[in-house]
Amino acid sequence: MAKRPHDDKPKGDSGNPKEDAIEVMATVIEPLPNAMFRVELENKHQVLAHISGKMRKNFIRILPGDKVAVELSPYDLTRGRIVYRYK
Amino acid sequence: MIICRSATELETMHRAGLIVWGALTELRQKVQPGMTTEEMDDLAEEYARKHKARPAFKNYHGYPKSLCASINNEVVHGIPSAKRAVKEGDILSMDFGVEFDGYYGDAALTIPVGQIDAKRERLLRVTREALEHGIEQVRAGNRLSDISAAVQQWVEKNGLSVVREFVGHSIGTKMHEDLQLPNYGEPGHGPKLQAGMVLAIEPMVNTGSPAVRVLEDKWTAVTADGGDSAHFEHTVAVTENGPWILTRPKDASGPVW
Repeated sequence: MAKRPHDDKPKGDSGNPKEDAIEVMATVIEPLPNAMFRVELENKHQVLAHISGKMRKNFIRILPGDKVAVELSPYDLTRGRIVYRYK
Repeated sequence: MIICRSATELETMHRAGLIVWGALTELRQKVQPGMTTEEMDDLAEEYARKHKARPAFKNYHGYPKSLCASINNEVVHGIPSAKRAVKEGDILSMDFGVEFDGYYGDAALTIPVGQIDAKRERLLRVTREALEHGIEQVRAGNRLSDISAAVQQWVEKNGLSVVREFVGHSIGTKMHEDLQLPNYGEPGHGPKLQAGMVLAIEPMVNTGSPAVRVLEDKWTAVTADGGDSAHFEHTVAVTENGPWILTRPKDASGPVW
């Protein structure tokens, strides 16, 4: 079956792990020490995530139950960075 | 990611490839004017099951059938239907894939239904030859786009056009793996081919403009200008001694299809 190039998920190696990060929505399950959180992704996987520097700088708080955007590393899909908190 | 398969893996993929080849060869002999594409789909599916393989297209991203049957101006991914029958003079592309023991095989060919006119015969010949030119480039040390360039150059030299919207691909434990193999491009780009890589090379050639659009069924691709289109495909492994066409018996000779 022929492949459509646009069907490709923007996965793959652009050489820059920061660009390759996979952004997903998740819900915060519980807070851990050192501004780390256990979050649950839409596919029920649980991941260890830390709060991003930008959010710290702007004093954005995160509580369990918040819906957040998490950037997952392409090298380790069990760790992520919380980059946005949805209203 | 570039995956190099071991000798045993290649053997399994060859067995998958032979099932695809067997199904398409049987269809090639059985297709007659008046046959519906659904009958062809049933034959292909039956062949795969008889050989203990799973038709790979069924439910792949929602595709409803096991075979792709594309007539005349349909480029690829024609959905078999009891309401669609071939008639004398048509050209029919059949694309089939199976999964056998965890590995995939994918091949396609375009056949004449009864007698066809010289223009269509030429389209079929050039497209098949384009595949052959592409396969010739498959050797360790060449670059991926050498294949793409060879296909494009042969097709355009013969006054036909190469479809851009669909590409060949690497294949192995998934139908579509990470590498994309367009049928156009400059030589000397892309990853270096290494022994153990397996690629599905599938030139799609139009008589008129290369533009393609997809119908409302979200699958069938047709030529934008209504001209004919042909499609040939083989799953080819890179070996130290050159290309190994997995979707064909080892002792086969002559034109690839």
